[in-house]
Amino acid sequence: MAKKDQPFSLPAWAQAAPFGVVFALFFIIPLAFVVMVSFWDYNDYAILPGFTVRSYVETFEGCYDQLPDLCTILKTYVSTVKFCFLVWLFTLVIGFTIAYFLAFHVQSVTTQMTLAIICTIPFWTSNVIRMISWIPLLGRNGLVNQGLIKLGIIKEPLEWLLYSDFAVVLAFVHLFTFFMVIPIFNSMARIDKRLLEAAYDAGATGWQTLWNVVIPLAKPGIVIGSIFVITIVMGDFVTVGVMGGQQIASAGKIIETRLNALQFPPAAANAVILLAITLLIITALNRFVDIRKEL
Amino acid sequence: MREGRSASFYWLAAFFVAFVLFLYGPMIAIVLLSFQGPTGGMTFPMNGVSLHWFGKLWSGGGIVDIKSAFSRSLQLGLVVMALTVVLSTLAGLAFRKKFFGQNLLFYVTVASLIVPSIVTSLGIALQFRIFDDAIKAYAPAFISDEWTTGMGLFSSALGAHLTWTLPFGLLIMFAIFNRFDGRFEEAARDLGATPWQTFRHVVLPIILPSLVGVGLFGFTLSWDEIARSSQTIGEKNTLPLELQALTTTVTTPEIYALGTVTTGVSFLVIGIALASILLLRARQAKQGSDAGKGML
Repeated sequence: MAKKDQPFSLPAWAQAAPFGVVFALFFIIPLAFVVMVSFWDYNDYAILPGFTVRSYVETFEGCYDQLPDLCTILKTYVSTVKFCFLVWLFTLVIGFTIAYFLAFHVQSVTTQMTLAIICTIPFWTSNVIRMISWIPLLGRNGLVNQGLIKLGIIKEPLEWLLYSDFAVVLAFVHLFTFFMVIPIFNSMARIDKRLLEAAYDAGATGWQTLWNVVIPLAKPGIVIGSIFVITIVMGDFVTVGVMGGQQIASAGKIIETRLNALQFPPAAANAVILLAITLLIITALNRFVDIRKEL
Repeated sequence: MREGRSASFYWLAAFFVAFVLFLYGPMIAIVLLSFQGPTGGMTFPMNGVSLHWFGKLWSGGGIVDIKSAFSRSLQLGLVVMALTVVLSTLAGLAFRKKFFGQNLLFYVTVASLIVPSIVTSLGIALQFRIFDDAIKAYAPAFISDEWTTGMGLFSSALGAHLTWTLPFGLLIMFAIFNRFDGRFEEAARDLGATPWQTFRHVVLPIILPSLVGVGLFGFTLSWDEIARSSQTIGEKNTLPLELQALTTTVTTPEIYALGTVTTGVSFLVIGIALASILLLRARQAKQGSDAGKGML
């Protein structure tokens, strides 16, 4: 009966093969190259195959001598982790609130979907444009400064609004709250509304219901959203670059700087370090939830 | 439980409105400012209204060759979109059954979302670099003499983009098939349909609206991609890379005009996709076939 030449009667592995080949060729093998090249030597002109820990040693150069002061690489990681934490906190609070509103206060499914799509549309547009769109608002002569001066609150324009830590965090929150809203909304949409009624009938206050019923049941979405946000911020160099006026260091930016200098082995060594730290964070978070069950 | 709307509804609704303003407000600002008069600057107030900066952009006005970057990005986006839809659909079908390495493939796919883009991008760049060196050193002369690099829009950059769009595609396919009623296929099989006929006439019509969504992710994620393109693009940049480079050099509203054009393309694609999803759903509902029932 079945036509054997049709792709839809093929065994499952054959259907998955093209998909798998893409990841083998453009993800697994490249990652292996990153690890391998991080142990290669280099000079001004070329990368030299071999085995040396030179790139790692150079990356952490002086870190021990300078103690208790932090060396450049450690300072950079501290600053990147600080960005991660701030962005995670803001996106979580905002994302949770938005998802809660959509899941529990919007009655019709059509309205829910429409509002969720309104939150998603900016994600489908360019990140860089969404970054530069802050310039007319936050710049030296931007709307915020103009407004504050007009109101007499400040005399001189605030300089820290743009090309600063503040701008970087603001842009991250602007760009990536989406990654919190959708998974948390997805988890909340599955919560049986009768549980909330039961909590209400049992005399729980709104906050008690939120803390003891909603948050535990929304945990998978919270964890998935957190993984997205944290990994994006850890590896970012574009947002930190544009919003920090190319003056703020980040873990991703170290790699970019090394690459621009065509120093591939140190770039690879930094990539391995970044990858290891990111995976550590994920593993820690992953203990709380089985991602696959939640889809 | 509670009838009517509580006070917290209004607080949360106000918060939602504020969030939407936060999302869209800045974007509206640069769209307005891209129509800035010829003497206007990068901030408000508007100094007249004109198409001056769009004209300047179109004539090339001193900055990089925008038109060819635009066309490169468009071509790449369309190819990425097509491949994302086809490969994700096939993989989605495969994941409904059991196959060797299923869990491994799933974790690799998720890992591809989680590994920082710059790391993947660097890996692909190293891979092509080493491959080029190997060709130059060991390939027969008629190949190695002519060889410059294997890196390019439809090799390294395409692969880099797929490692970003395919995971989204597969996750959407999971969501689709988790809600898919397998009895439709059983019914088709019982009626003697071949696997292809079952797919073509039963499964595909049901999942088509969601596949449009997969395509939408494929195109828009590729169209705006920077981090993964940065090391893998070779010599000629895509539009977002040019745009990123311009942020440090251009000090006129021309960059807003470029932003407006790029965002316009994104919105056009989003509009077409959402409209076709609605149309397809409406058709499913109207034709009243069992196929449409039970699907959101």
